[in-house]
Amino acid sequence: MLYRENGQFKTSYRADQQIFPILQDRIAIALVLVLAFVVVPFVASEYLMRAILIPFLILSLAAIGLNILVGYCGQISLGTGAFMAVGAYAAYNFQVRIDGMPLIASLLLGGVCATVVGVVFGIPSLRIKGLYLAVATLAAQFFVDWAFLRISWLTNDSSSGSVSAAGLQVLGLQIQSPASKYLFCLVFVTVFALLAKNLVRGAIGREWMAMRDMDVAAAVIGIRPVYAKLTAFAVSSFIVGVAGALWGFVHLSTWEPAAFNLNRSFDLLFMVIIGGLGSIMGSFFGAAFIVVLPIVLDNMPYWFGIPIDTALAAHLTSMIFGALIVFFLVVEPHGLARLWSIGKEKLRLWPFPH
Amino acid sequence: MSERNIGEVILDVRNISLSFGGVNALTDISFNVREHEVRAIIGPNGAGKSSMLNCINGVYTPQQGSITFRGRTFSHMNSRQVAEMGVARTFQNLALFKGMNVIDNIMSGRNLKMKCNLFQQALRLGAAQREEEAHRAFVEQIIDFLEIQAYRKTPVGRLPYGLQKRVDLGRALAMEPQVLLLDEPMAGMNVEEKQDMCRFVLDVNDEFGTTIVLIEHDMGVVMDISDRVVVLDYGKKIGDGSPDEVRGNPEVIAAYLGTTH
Amino acid sequence: MGFFLETLIGGLMSGMLYSLVALGFVLIFKASGVFNFAQGAMVLFAALAMARFAEWLPALTGLDNKVLANVLAFAGAMVVMVLLAWVIERLVLGKLVNQEAVTLLMATLGITYFLDGFGQTLFGNDIYKIDIGMPKDPMFLFENIFQGGILVSKEDLYAAAIAAALVTALSVFFQYTTTGRALRAVADDHQAAQSIGIPLSRVWVIVWSVAGFVALVAGMIWGSKLGVQFSLSVLALKALPVVILGGLTSVPGAIIGGLILGMGEKLSEVFIGPMVGGGIEIWFGYVVVLLVLLVRPQGLFGEKIIDRV
Repeated sequence: MLYRENGQFKTSYRADQQIFPILQDRIAIALVLVLAFVVVPFVASEYLMRAILIPFLILSLAAIGLNILVGYCGQISLGTGAFMAVGAYAAYNFQVRIDGMPLIASLLLGGVCATVVGVVFGIPSLRIKGLYLAVATLAAQFFVDWAFLRISWLTNDSSSGSVSAAGLQVLGLQIQSPASKYLFCLVFVTVFALLAKNLVRGAIGREWMAMRDMDVAAAVIGIRPVYAKLTAFAVSSFIVGVAGALWGFVHLSTWEPAAFNLNRSFDLLFMVIIGGLGSIMGSFFGAAFIVVLPIVLDNMPYWFGIPIDTALAAHLTSMIFGALIVFFLVVEPHGLARLWSIGKEKLRLWPFPH
Repeated sequence: MSERNIGEVILDVRNISLSFGGVNALTDISFNVREHEVRAIIGPNGAGKSSMLNCINGVYTPQQGSITFRGRTFSHMNSRQVAEMGVARTFQNLALFKGMNVIDNIMSGRNLKMKCNLFQQALRLGAAQREEEAHRAFVEQIIDFLEIQAYRKTPVGRLPYGLQKRVDLGRALAMEPQVLLLDEPMAGMNVEEKQDMCRFVLDVNDEFGTTIVLIEHDMGVVMDISDRVVVLDYGKKIGDGSPDEVRGNPEVIAAYLGTTH
Repeated sequence: MGFFLETLIGGLMSGMLYSLVALGFVLIFKASGVFNFAQGAMVLFAALAMARFAEWLPALTGLDNKVLANVLAFAGAMVVMVLLAWVIERLVLGKLVNQEAVTLLMATLGITYFLDGFGQTLFGNDIYKIDIGMPKDPMFLFENIFQGGILVSKEDLYAAAIAAALVTALSVFFQYTTTGRALRAVADDHQAAQSIGIPLSRVWVIVWSVAGFVALVAGMIWGSKLGVQFSLSVLALKALPVVILGGLTSVPGAIIGGLILGMGEKLSEVFIGPMVGGGIEIWFGYVVVLLVLLVRPQGLFGEKIIDRV
């Protein structure tokens, strides 16, 4: 009843090609943006912003990057943490070694470095496919883990790879309070999400999906596999690198290589799969799920007033996390994005059952 | 059959031999294709017809032989180059991009002609937006031509087989090809669907002068619409000529009906 | 030279042990097309079960005979692994029959998290001992050629022998028995195998049980060597390059891959490591595998992937 498209005729291809062709969707997104930019910074508690919203935003960004590689282009990557690390440490080096370097420039340059590393580790994808590629990407993960720990030049001669980024400011505005950090991340995420969406609905997006679905046929219609795969790695690594830089600078402030280890890579992959492969919106859903779930699991014993020994709590969290992942994959392997679109379909018919 | 203005030799296949391990898929195949004609390749299953097309498209590399296209000779074809030279292809087993809808599948055929780079596409202002719209308009013409308007937003995996074959043809047509290689475009279709498909193929040849190379099993179709026919059996060429000449060839009859060798 | 040989042999032995874990991966992939990330967690789980059963049985029944206790503990752990295989098949695999490789991989990752937590909840999270009577004293070979002889761990030698026996048995099983053939059919094409009447769910329970058996043997040996502790689960990450190097579908490949990587790891650690700051064994195996895959994308002995259009 509310969600009908009646009367919404498109009279130009431009109108048909919009990101949100349905008017109600456009209104909803506008509301969400107003809420996010104008309401939340004043209303949300510090805890909410620090522990949930900021990680959610940054990890959504990383998930978008990974989704481009895994969901749209079909290349499995288990080494995402490594690219986040490269982005973070590179940005740190630019910020610290060059006097007066603007923060945003450092973050973006961190992304560029991650792009270079990403393309290098993407070259194997031209020969190696599927699960073999997945394991090959672990080489990136472990090598980068080691490099930032042992090669002190990379971390500006810090002994254990541990670095700190303090006193962030953009154009003279301090980025210290949770609200300002939140808005800073929000701007990045909104801009990047829009750019990513434009890419995936354009010619390059179709090339990526063609490579994913049937690479031999793609070659026959004139798509160059090398270009398609390497651009996927490049764009993906850039976004992931910037996300990594944001993670280190804005969320952690002080970090060491372990912040970007294999668990981080797995978390991101979970986000993409549970959120929905090949869906920008799905990346947000997945990130929300993975950010919120451990917090809920950790706090549940207190809410129910059951005291549990911390080691046991950790084990139980692990169990429930694993079980939920499996449950989710069994129930909806195409992720939350699919559930969302099924929900919208049902909403179009509401209040009628069919 | 309408009068076709058949021109010079546009594609010349010489002495192509292809083997996989110990299996000889093609042995010393030579034939040519003239511009604007409809050339059929026929033969029993396993004769090597699809492999021949795969050699032309650069999917397989023949061990011997050469292919000459508009005067340029290659010993093996590079898929991208072949596409740029104006050769498009449909597939026996469809090879559609199952994750995309009909419009996107056919739009992917326009990729060669889209010029905006990554950054322009990301910003999608001005040139990139205009390009998307212009190519969408072209694709819509193809959709109209193939009468699949109602399905344009449907993921291709959900379409029935006959419609998927049309999308496959649409994707090939989107490349505005000079030569169209069709691999069993009418397989698995009923009489009406076959007539529709025939009509599309003939219209493309009539209106745009596209040269058609057609693998087909339905003898009625082959005899009706083709100008010349090549017959393959067990990877070797056993017949080459007009439909009538080939029909009377005893070797061809033997290959199809099967006599004791 | 003596030191070099010592390092080499030590590497070969540890390589053999990696192969044991890798075997589990290959088995499951060969027979169900699933890349079981949870193999390491299974090794830990099995080892925990055996270690604790070996403790609890004598305590509960007053049993005095060590050998008998170990045998019963092994049997008990095996029962647990078969149960686990059955549960995994019912709840996970059976529901994800035709999903993409990534989804199945993620599901096994989920199982890893679950097993890690569950095992430690059920069996406790201290370090436990498995004592199956493996000799702990070292052997000295070739004392007349090299001064002091070459140090070889007897324990590793026994482990290598067990692993070799296991591999031979499994190879025979796959190639020459009807069940083995059915397993290979399932790995090729689930739907086709189902359509000729192969009971998919039963096949999977068998496969995961056999993999569980391999995990138990691996857990027993590693546990006896290192003690049963959480780091066993991380073994999976050490075994992954072995699996890929040998080719996901090859049982002998897992062995040869293990030997190569075990040797390479030890040698690089001792001879190259000090030059670049140490600690390179984390990524050494992976980088080697990456380089090999560039030349042979299907691993050393894996089946070539052919695309047909």
